[in-house]
Amino acid sequence: MTDAYVVGVDMIKFGRFPDRTVPQIGAEAAHLALDDSGLTIQDMEALYCGNLGQASGMVGQRILQEIGQTGIPVVNVSNACATGATAFREAWASVKAGLYDLVIAVGVEQMGKGLLGGAGGSKGISKEGLLGSGTMPSVFAEAGMEHARNYGTTFEQFAKVSVKNHHHSTMNPKAMYQIETPLDTVMNAEMISYPNTKLMCSVNVDGSAAAIIASEKKAKELGLMSRAIKVRASVLTSDPWQERDLVMPDVNTCTRKAAAAAYEMAGLGAEDIDLVELHDCFATAEILHYENLGLCEDGEAGRMIDEGEVALGGKVPVNVSGGLLSKGHPLGATGIANIYEVSTHLRGEAGQRQVEGARIGLTHVIGLGSACGIHILEKAS
Amino acid sequence: MDLDTGETMSDNPLPAVDYLKIPEDGDPYLEGYKCSSCEAIFLGERANCSKCGERDQMETVTLANSGTLYAYSIVHRSFPGIDVPYISAIVDLEGGGTIKGNLINVDPEPEKIEFGMPVDVVYDDALGRKDGEGNSYLSYFFQPSNAAS
Ligand SMILES: [Zn+2]
Repeated sequence: MTDAYVVGVDMIKFGRFPDRTVPQIGAEAAHLALDDSGLTIQDMEALYCGNLGQASGMVGQRILQEIGQTGIPVVNVSNACATGATAFREAWASVKAGLYDLVIAVGVEQMGKGLLGGAGGSKGISKEGLLGSGTMPSVFAEAGMEHARNYGTTFEQFAKVSVKNHHHSTMNPKAMYQIETPLDTVMNAEMISYPNTKLMCSVNVDGSAAAIIASEKKAKELGLMSRAIKVRASVLTSDPWQERDLVMPDVNTCTRKAAAAAYEMAGLGAEDIDLVELHDCFATAEILHYENLGLCEDGEAGRMIDEGEVALGGKVPVNVSGGLLSKGHPLGATGIANIYEVSTHLRGEAGQRQVEGARIGLTHVIGLGSACGIHILEKAS
Repeated sequence: MDLDTGETMSDNPLPAVDYLKIPEDGDPYLEGYKCSSCEAIFLGERANCSKCGERDQMETVTLANSGTLYAYSIVHRSFPGIDVPYISAIVDLEGGGTIKGNLINVDPEPEKIEFGMPVDVVYDDALGRKDGEGNSYLSYFFQPSNAAS
């Protein structure tokens, strides 16, 4: 099988665009990624589009109606917060399989404000606040408290994740926010679901990101190898059965399974990873994934955040983009935005937030329900 | 929270969830479905086991009214009309099965909540919530097992 390379990738600055349509927002990222590669929509052989909010609305085709209806196959993908990563992976798989030499993946989302989730269905009476909580801040608070139960992780340690990621985003002009949030600010922010305060919840924003994937032959033929990023691994998992499944979505097992498969596919280990963009939908979640991704031993995540190993300049910087907590989390776009961030570092083009000497990076997303997507990327040599 | 039953309940409350059973004569209880092949326990009626894949091996089991607190969150912001703060608790029931509900009769402060604390399942009116037809509902709650019910 051929190797597949990212030859163009970009994202729009995340924000709130209530006056624009989903296809318009997606089209902007598609144009940016095409421009990054120096190619046009006429060069693309297929489009893989990730979007949740209008999952039945043929968003991919409507993006082509904005930028060029060339008649290529379009696949519309929906996979919770793993939607963007799944679209990217489908695009990657089509190139790996030899079906196409040049394809584009676009992730796009337009979000409302406010709480996501809620307990129970619509039958009878509302279960939210009666049978516990099904809001996302609570679900991830409870996942964090499971870690606290096992390892004594503290509210302060969870809060430090948010301090770090907000700090990182001050160096990322494409992040929603560029503001420092000191520890006491994070801990004293409005409590949403203990231990997650408002500043420990990801930001609902609109956004889009896109990537152009090429076969090795095509990338060489077009002279695009100098800035190309090799996809060393692409893995997608669902959640295996767990005894607490029905009341406690498991974000750990599917991540561990995906990480093991990704390291094997890439032929390397966690110690080879120079930077990570992982799914910090809530500050509590980030802590779990240090261990799930093998960045440290089980029970060491609290120490990692305390000692700054996951901050820019540390052993393995995590979410130098600002993460979902501060860059923002437009669900369908997030997976491809992560690919953009890691690729930008591997290309040495990340400016002030550049992870020095970055050679290999990992992206991770979790869609509750559940889907875990992991990609390992390396600068083409 | 007032657990004084009788006054707030209508004559025939409906179960808040389908795994809560209200016998004609006798006390309400929670019902699980257990795979006789691998012993996995599920909430709600089903035919197939998602742990081992066996078909038509499910049997009903009465879940215990006692267990231990596995994890929790303290909810300070919820949807409009929902009283906060409250404790959203995940409880491992004695003998198997894990359920989620409100932990009551405990201050919603992290210092007052201990992992592994023994809790009882108690049944009461569903916080006055009624459906579109005005029906009352019976729900379940957790409370520390040393508390008087
Ligand atoms: Zn079974």
